[in-house]
Amino acid sequence: MGATLRRLSAAPRLAGAASPFDWTRPVPALTLALFLLPIGAGLLGTLLPAFGWQPGLAGEAPGLAPWRALFDQPGLERSVLVTLVSGIGATLAAFAIVVAFCAGCHRSRLFRRLRLVLAPLLAVPHAAAAIGLAFLIAPSGLLVRLVSPWASGWALPPDVASVNDPWGLALTLGLTVKELPFLLLMTLGALGQVGAREPLRTARSLGYGPTTAWLKTVLPALYPLIRLPLYAVLAFSLSVVDMAIILGPSTPPSLAVLVLRWFYDPDLSLRFVAAAGATLQLGLVAAAIALWALGERLVARAARPWLAGGGRGGDWPGGARLADAAGRTAALGAVGLGLASLLGIALWSFAWRWRYPDVLPTSWSLESWRRQLEGLGATGGTTLALGLCATVIALVLVVGCLEREQRGGRRPGRGALWLLYLPLLAPQIGFLFGVQVLAVRLDLAGGWLALVWSHLLFVLPYVFLALAEPYRSLDPRYGRAARCLGAGPERLLWRIRLPMLLRPLLFAAAVGFAVSVGQYLPTLFLGAGRVATLTTEAVALSAGGDRRVLAVYAFLQALLPLLGFLAAIALPAWLFRRRRGARAPQ
Amino acid sequence: MNRGLRLLGAAALAAGLAGVSPAPAAQPLTWEQALERAPGQTLYWNAWAGDERVNAYIAWVGARLEELHGVELVHVKLTDTAEAVGRVLAETAAGKTEGGSVDLVWLNGENFATMKDNGLLYGPFVEALPNFALVDTRNKPTTLVDFTVPTDGLEAPWGMAKLNFVYDSARVEETPASVRGLAEWAAAHPGRFTYPAPPDFLGSTFLKQALIELTEDADLLQRPVEDDAQFEAATAPLWAYLETLHPQLWRGGRLFPASGPAQLQLLDDGELDIAVSFYPSEAQSLIDNGRLPESARVFLLEEGTIGNTHFVAIPFNAQAKAAAMVAANFLMSPEAQARKQDPRHWGDDTVLALDRLDPAQRALFEAIPAGPATLPPDRLGPVLLEPHPSWMTRIEAEWARRYGA
Amino acid sequence: MSAPSTGDEEALLLEGVEIRLAGRPLIVGLDLSVPPGVVVTLMGPSGTGKSSLLDFLCGTLDPAFEARGRVRLGGQDLLALPPERRGLGMLFQDDLLFPHLSVGENLAFGIPPELRGRRRRLARAAEALAEAGLAGFEDRDPATLSGGQRARVALFRTLLAAPRALLLDEPFGRLDVALRDRVRRFVFDHARARRLPTLLVTHDPADAAAAAGPLVQLSTSGMQQSG
Repeated sequence: MGATLRRLSAAPRLAGAASPFDWTRPVPALTLALFLLPIGAGLLGTLLPAFGWQPGLAGEAPGLAPWRALFDQPGLERSVLVTLVSGIGATLAAFAIVVAFCAGCHRSRLFRRLRLVLAPLLAVPHAAAAIGLAFLIAPSGLLVRLVSPWASGWALPPDVASVNDPWGLALTLGLTVKELPFLLLMTLGALGQVGAREPLRTARSLGYGPTTAWLKTVLPALYPLIRLPLYAVLAFSLSVVDMAIILGPSTPPSLAVLVLRWFYDPDLSLRFVAAAGATLQLGLVAAAIALWALGERLVARAARPWLAGGGRGGDWPGGARLADAAGRTAALGAVGLGLASLLGIALWSFAWRWRYPDVLPTSWSLESWRRQLEGLGATGGTTLALGLCATVIALVLVVGCLEREQRGGRRPGRGALWLLYLPLLAPQIGFLFGVQVLAVRLDLAGGWLALVWSHLLFVLPYVFLALAEPYRSLDPRYGRAARCLGAGPERLLWRIRLPMLLRPLLFAAAVGFAVSVGQYLPTLFLGAGRVATLTTEAVALSAGGDRRVLAVYAFLQALLPLLGFLAAIALPAWLFRRRRGARAPQ
Repeated sequence: MNRGLRLLGAAALAAGLAGVSPAPAAQPLTWEQALERAPGQTLYWNAWAGDERVNAYIAWVGARLEELHGVELVHVKLTDTAEAVGRVLAETAAGKTEGGSVDLVWLNGENFATMKDNGLLYGPFVEALPNFALVDTRNKPTTLVDFTVPTDGLEAPWGMAKLNFVYDSARVEETPASVRGLAEWAAAHPGRFTYPAPPDFLGSTFLKQALIELTEDADLLQRPVEDDAQFEAATAPLWAYLETLHPQLWRGGRLFPASGPAQLQLLDDGELDIAVSFYPSEAQSLIDNGRLPESARVFLLEEGTIGNTHFVAIPFNAQAKAAAMVAANFLMSPEAQARKQDPRHWGDDTVLALDRLDPAQRALFEAIPAGPATLPPDRLGPVLLEPHPSWMTRIEAEWARRYGA
Repeated sequence: MSAPSTGDEEALLLEGVEIRLAGRPLIVGLDLSVPPGVVVTLMGPSGTGKSSLLDFLCGTLDPAFEARGRVRLGGQDLLALPPERRGLGMLFQDDLLFPHLSVGENLAFGIPPELRGRRRRLARAAEALAEAGLAGFEDRDPATLSGGQRARVALFRTLLAAPRALLLDEPFGRLDVALRDRVRRFVFDHARARRLPTLLVTHDPADAAAAAGPLVQLSTSGMQQSG
């Protein structure tokens, strides 16, 4: 009775929004605070030294000296150019392939099985993928070996720069191969929300060819949903470090690698240059995103007459078929290249000697596995625990934020939640030092709290990215039906919304977990080097360049996330094996 | 501007702003005190971890330290020693003058100079270690002078490095005997030699080696660079040499491998015939480990090559200083040094004077098998001293200006 | 929670209900009385705010709308209650069976919490299924049911929640003609048998005829005013 009275007196006009114990109410603010505090401190810790001021370290007079020093660095223009070419090039290529593939192949059976094929590519860490690809396409790599020397006549590997080329083309290829699966999966998710079937059927019945119908009716609705993932890919490609070291040029390398190098230089005065470089990197990412957004507008405007122009795509059937085939070939080629890289890594992990021009290892051995398996339990356990902690916290916060939108009836997309994407858009190197100093000052460095927090900064945005659209577009009438059947907001959340969203929830968790497993710099900076994960071990060993060891670690690194993705695919299928309606994407 | 001065200024400013003074502890521990306090301590050793054999060796050291002294060793794995320097620096900036996270660090050269200049090191502690008496400080002067910087007892010698070249004897018949000879060989075999891009230390060392051989007065290099004119005059022959060498290199000298290991991988892949190495037993060790062909061999230059020593040091704010001292002493023990020199375990040359060991200790070294790529000590040639670090800094900058853009 | 006893004790009463979207009036000054066991039909072209009115009654109206007025059921002010306590059963155009629950679990979801114990709740659901002519369907996947079967399950899910009034949002629109008549009769018969005040929203004149109750045309002055 008391509760009823309170509810009656406190009830606003819309009583549905009011519940005395609504835990979601503080979640958005809490989430933002968790983000803005370290990122703000981090960015400040980068911006201040970029203008010559850093408390506690060799401070020169505040001014533009670091910038002058930065622009005096040899190879800077070239480095910026390589960064832009590879970052924008890879994003454009991945996007074009996704569009061509979806437009041309949305009816094929392969399309429906795609998630299963893409899971291993998504799970494998960037560094491992890069190593695999480098071994594939290097002059002494697997591709050349397949034709040498019997067909090519190359008794020795040709002296051709097919990796580490000065223009960063190998890096562009590697980024395309690695980012394509992410973009494809985000697109698949978004396609479920757009409801492509109806407009396609309508367009087809009006005489449009399948590809043209897709481009004209589905793509315009789809694009806004994959815009943020695209920006994330763009920002990531521009600031990637590990892949750039392995596949990119070395003299000069891309800007992010240069910044890291200055940062680690024993000459402490270079830290100011590093800070200025990190700020420049930040500016590059911002400029590239602005450029991309401008491109969007221009394309949208230019495409308007075409959209309404009535062209059915049948005028030149050969051309359409050719375009379809090109899209399919590019997508399959990229995915195939990725899978072949994995195969190469697998072979290396069981090789003892593998010399040019042997197509298969010259001698086999389990030695590499045996050596690494010692002490693996602790490292693997740390990786697992860290990933699970960060993922679970991220899920709770993201669900809280999204549920808040539903309960508060707020339109999605407004508010300050876009700030959550900052860690994806700002290069890690740009703010991690500041975060580290903050953690040391709070006496958190090396502890689990700081470590989980730092992982959360990168896990949460991806979880949000993967979950927001499915959550927001779940048919609201289910919620209304449940409320009318007497379910309160919590029962609606736990019994209806979350179970119905199990697939995207688990997928978001798998993505988040994979992101955590792959984190290198945050683990290094905030774990004070004392917390060893599979990734820190792998990167530490990568300095030695032993492909066999790297192969073992690449596999171990990929294994946990892969299990996560497989679970995310298999669990709903098994739980809902007798619920046809719940298995289909909502 | 002199880098050392600048760093000192920086440190002073850092101390002023952060309100702390990273001054060394007043009274270093005696050996007895260290032995007494070490048991039960956890030792965080920050060490480069790019080679699983090195990691396995460090794990073995950990097991031995546990048995001998009850010290628990944790290997903090680094990709670059500067990470550890940065960590001590961040702690200093945050005012953490004790209970620091780094107890022992594997380092030399620039990193040592930086830490020493900034007062970030604990000590002097090396003289207090009993096994230091076994170190061959007379014939291996680099155990006391690290890149021209006196160690002053702030770092304990651990292993020896010496510039050498690894080649595939299945394809190379005659090996060059000098830096000039190398250029001639490269001209006769275009695309089959290269060196890692500076500032990778191996690439930088190759440039210094060439500079010592080509410059008119190599003694100048032992002192800091005086001015631009002196630098230009002294290094002009080096740049002229590189102008003729580079077009004959792998990828026409437009690309360089990123690191020493990457370059040795190219040798194994058959993309190179000659590669640079810094550890004379590395080749044999890599053969044993399946990473180089059986036909790999080593050659050095007649006039001698650059050699240096690598060390372990203790940061001023280390938590487990006693354990760190005990560990540094064990690392110089005949047992640890012999195992390290064995190519099956690592293949890193000892810092000890074998004639100061007793017969049982000497037998440990004599039992190490010599592989076909192992050169006897008398064929390693003379040791050339590292130039002053200021030369390296300027050479790296000039190289980047000419070839890094 | 006793209300003063009046003649309209059990009726659903709307007084001066007004709904606006972005200042544009959709429904203006609507007064309506739905006595127990009577089906009142609201008709009007789409866009007149019929569905918004039902959302308003349920308490699930999107905050983008502005609404005011008084709504009473059994003498109680409905608008002061959260949706789950209003006791309004709602049937939608789609059956909206929860795809992740079995038929039996869908029904059990509607049963008030006072009936405790999973087994007893499922037994109650099984009884309801038998009543609906679907005996033995408890463990079936809703996706395997025919349209008519789903409609019946949806109705019984709503009835099991023990509503004090029924709101029907074009619930027969998606059924084919042969089925529509049967389901319609099924729903109305059960509503009358339980003496529920029932508000039907539709644009199908056949629905209104079958309801055989008062008819309100929403030609909406609001629409005309806004031009």
